Amino acid sequence: MRIMLIDDSKTMRNIQKSVLKQLGYTEMEEACDGQDALSKIGAFDPELLLVDWNMPVMDGLTFVKTFRQHNKTTPIIMVTTEAEKSRVIEAIKAGVNNYVVKPFTPDLLSQRIDETLQRCGVKS
Amino acid sequence: MDAAYITPFVASIQNVFGTMLQLPVEVGDPRLLKSDKASHDISGIIGMTGTLSGSVVLSLPQETADAIVALFCGERIDADSPDFADAIGELVNMISGGAKASFEGQDVSISCPNVVIGPGHKVSRPSDIPCVVIPCTTDCGELAIEVAIRETAPSTPADANADASANATA
Repeated sequence: MRIMLIDDSKTMRNIQKSVLKQLGYTEMEEACDGQDALSKIGAFDPELLLVDWNMPVMDGLTFVKTFRQHNKTTPIIMVTTEAEKSRVIEAIKAGVNNYVVKPFTPDLLSQRIDETLQRCGVKS
Repeated sequence: MDAAYITPFVASIQNVFGTMLQLPVEVGDPRLLKSDKASHDISGIIGMTGTLSGSVVLSLPQETADAIVALFCGERIDADSPDFADAIGELVNMISGGAKASFEGQDVSISCPNVVIGPGHKVSRPSDIPCVVIPCTTDCGELAIEVAIRETAPSTPADANADASANATA
């Protein structure tokens, strides 16, 4: 499965990569902000996206809204420090399928990925 | 500064360090910081805007930062590497984000982090915002959270008219 990790922190992308590798996923692409992700999406064609909210250049919410204009189905998990209920609702309205609040344990991230793929009918 | 704006940072650093680093944090008595000299060698800085505004600084001595970044990244990272600043920035980002979620009834946004590395540096803050230092102790060494935030006065229709007028004549 092709997974795109969009986060301005390389440390956070590495942590996510490590969890995903433990789950058996090896095909990953990284982007450091929403704009970078949009420029790589065509070539990589991800089947799952993990997206941070607060990023320079283009934030995660703007990215999700832009991406969803052309793609309604590829599952997106927001992985962010934005924990307020109002933010979660805003993200879901924009088209996010699931939500992980930082800090997270590897188990929690793994559980959210599994439930998101199941809910969206994607084979892992 | 209202204690309600300090305690969320205590809970948040304990949550972030406990969850991501498995590192317990012992918190000392908060005190007012009366100098703009940073508490320690390295400052991870986040700005806050909205109904609360100001800044949050994660301040660490070099040795503590080396040990904490190694725990966070799974390997030792040279302080000159951009990855070192990235790790400090992500930690202060999570601490600030966790705290702001506890500010009931407030609408606050946080900036992307900036990181300053070097002994003896200063962090300049608006003089009318008191800065509270929360000293912390961990098995990796001591560190501090410096919180300087205040409530932002709500704008009134008269303010909005004045702003519009100012913008129009600028």
